[in-house]
Amino acid sequence: MNALPTRKLEAWRYTDLRPLSAISFGTPPVAATAPDLPDLPFPRLVFLNGALNSALSTGFTHAKPFAPFAVRGTQPMALINAEHAGEGINIEIPAGQDAGELLLVSQASGTAPFAFHPRHRVKLGQGAKLTLIELDKGEGTYWQNAMFEVEVGQGAKFQHFRLQQESTDAFNTTSIHADIAGDAAYEHFSLTLGSKISRTEIEANLLGQNALAHLNAAQLLGGTQHGDFTTIIRHKAPNCPSRQTVKSVLAGRARGVFQGKIEVDQIAQKTDGYQMSQALLLSPDAEMDIKPELQIFADDVKCSHGATIGALDEEQVFYLRSRGIPEADARQILIRAFLEEALEPVTHDASKALFEEVLESWWGRQ
Amino acid sequence: MSMTTEATINELAAQKYKYGFTTDIEMEEFPKGLSTDIVRLISAKKGEPEWLLEWRLKAYAAWLKMEEPEWARIHHPPIDYDALYYYAAPAKAMPKSLDEVDPELLKTYEKLGIPLNERAALAGVAVDAVFDSVSVATTFRETLGKAGVIFCPISEAVREHPELVRKYLGSVVPAGDNYFAALNSAVFSDGSFVFIPKGVRCPMELSTYFRINARNTGQFERTLIIAEEGASVSYLEGCTAPMRDENQLHAAVVELVALDEAKIKYSTVQNWYPGDADGKGGIYNFVTKRGACRGRNSKISWTQVETGSAITWKYPSCILQGEGSVGEFYSVALTNNRQQADTGTKMIHIGKNTSSTIISKGISAGHSNNTYRGLVKIMPGASGARNFTQCDSLLIGDQCGAHTVPYIENRNASAKVEHEATTSKIAEDQLFYCRSRGLSEEDAVGLIVNGFCKDVLKELPMEFAVEAQKLLAVSLEGSVG
Repeated sequence: MNALPTRKLEAWRYTDLRPLSAISFGTPPVAATAPDLPDLPFPRLVFLNGALNSALSTGFTHAKPFAPFAVRGTQPMALINAEHAGEGINIEIPAGQDAGELLLVSQASGTAPFAFHPRHRVKLGQGAKLTLIELDKGEGTYWQNAMFEVEVGQGAKFQHFRLQQESTDAFNTTSIHADIAGDAAYEHFSLTLGSKISRTEIEANLLGQNALAHLNAAQLLGGTQHGDFTTIIRHKAPNCPSRQTVKSVLAGRARGVFQGKIEVDQIAQKTDGYQMSQALLLSPDAEMDIKPELQIFADDVKCSHGATIGALDEEQVFYLRSRGIPEADARQILIRAFLEEALEPVTHDASKALFEEVLESWWGRQ
Repeated sequence: MSMTTEATINELAAQKYKYGFTTDIEMEEFPKGLSTDIVRLISAKKGEPEWLLEWRLKAYAAWLKMEEPEWARIHHPPIDYDALYYYAAPAKAMPKSLDEVDPELLKTYEKLGIPLNERAALAGVAVDAVFDSVSVATTFRETLGKAGVIFCPISEAVREHPELVRKYLGSVVPAGDNYFAALNSAVFSDGSFVFIPKGVRCPMELSTYFRINARNTGQFERTLIIAEEGASVSYLEGCTAPMRDENQLHAAVVELVALDEAKIKYSTVQNWYPGDADGKGGIYNFVTKRGACRGRNSKISWTQVETGSAITWKYPSCILQGEGSVGEFYSVALTNNRQQADTGTKMIHIGKNTSSTIISKGISAGHSNNTYRGLVKIMPGASGARNFTQCDSLLIGDQCGAHTVPYIENRNASAKVEHEATTSKIAEDQLFYCRSRGLSEEDAVGLIVNGFCKDVLKELPMEFAVEAQKLLAVSLEGSVG
């Protein structure tokens, strides 16, 4: 197996995979339990312990048989994925078609530690549309190391919403490589609640004029959880906007990481890049590490990033209390407002409703 | 851009480096290269005590095991450390007064506009001028002496105040801190030593002018500033270097120590030779600057205007240990032609209620690359800590690069960290507005850039603020378009 990255690598300075490398992972067992699927009226493809289960899946018009493909890029996790060539979805939406929604469900469970390395491919032809809702769940100790190869054709729109609720003994590393053509859009939102250690790493290449990338995320972590959201947006053509909002709420001894790099090539004039990352530390032992990075080689650009880390704003708490709201309630209201804001980038109603429900139950547990 | 502007640009681009001249003074040089023998020789030459020699040798041993850092966004041909001279000094004995100073040297200072004689008195500035490696003239010693302030070459401090030097040297930047600091610790030739005793407010601004003069001579200054309880001092550092074709290495170390309620303000205008338009020559400026706010409510403030050097690698930092201590970093870094700058700061919050402010303005022009790299770290014990960071980059021309690499690590929930960064070019509407008021494009750009840097320039002491504004305009003039 290709070596796991260590903290000596600059891109991995905040995420330590030693707890993962200490475990010896076997091959996935045959899944025993049936997953509890969300009540959403969309076609779905269901994977149990990394294998497609056709009984639970509805099929999807544009799904092609899985065929391994070469992995691009040199991200360490993608290389490991390439080596294991796991099963995944292979979607091709023909030009001009609106394929609606698709649910991608991954459910994992087993008694002994196991690993699976799904390899997914999503390709949208010119002007095509797809909303992919991805749900990751499980029980026990396992490692999902997923890879997405995404191609968004000219003028196409791909919405990718992820809900990661892996077991808190599990590890989730997901690498996404997206090529976005002119006038096309890739809208990504990850809501991370699960895993002992998780990392989502996205490389988005804006290849044609007016290509757009939205890479948004929210992380709600407690206990000793570690969540890492790492992105690189490469502006390789003029006039491309990119937007990022990343919000983290950290309780217990949780640690959140956000690394966001924006690269602007010399040709990419009129680039408009904006990035905001905010973290709320709810406990004295929580930690947040942020590394926003700009690398700019064009002069006519507008790029900015902002970052804040802190506890709740005492002035806001005071404002609410001065209106007769008890302190505990005031704090709750403010945290809820922060979380609500995190969901703003989700423009798809059914997905948003799902996320809100999950958020509600997370909040109930805190 | 109009034809006339272009003509002006070409004219200005052809301007020679204003301070590019050399002084012919007989130099006393050691053999090239570095070895324990050279370290011993430097130490013996200076009549240093045994402990300092040992400290140097330990640093040299550490340096041998280290590797040159590669993480910065800078590129240069490998440095051959064995081809450098590690010690150079004017051959004549130390002068007792200005009359004894080599007239050639005085002329050089005059060209640089250093207020060494009457002008110094008028300007109220005491100058500890470093000509290559040995401090040759120090003024206003008496005034400072009356206040109890010690301001002298560090080699002298080793002889006169060994207990102070021994106590503080390497206490902020340890001998093996990093590659260049270790090199400096092994071979440092001279530098300034400042000690402000308890409760004293230094009666004047202290200033050192550095000048690299000998061919192939690395400069390894060591500066140590200590402000005792309730003391305060403002220190100015300004640099120009003669024009040379070969790249010259400069690896300085500056250590600041502030005890309870003490304040240190350290201002730098760095205008060393940046190399020519094709990137030939110029100074490699690899500097370690760090201040320790050890006492309660102490404050260390770094202000820098970096326009020179072929390569700048410099991160003036603050260790905020004392409760309620304050760290500040105000920086303007301007790169033109083939210059490379990788600069920023580190604010390490250890004590309760510590606060830090970072304002960084980067301006890239020509084919240059300008990187802000910084770290804000809030340790678990730093309850109520506060940081505000703003890094703005301005791009002039489409052949240059502007980069921002901030690290923010917060391990205390009651701390508040805010960070903002923007990158943009000079706004067309601002340019148009200025031009419609009759300003030439050159002047308009100069005005806008000075406005862009205002938050930093206003932190500079008066003497420097004027110089810095001129420097920005001159450094930029050749590049607009």
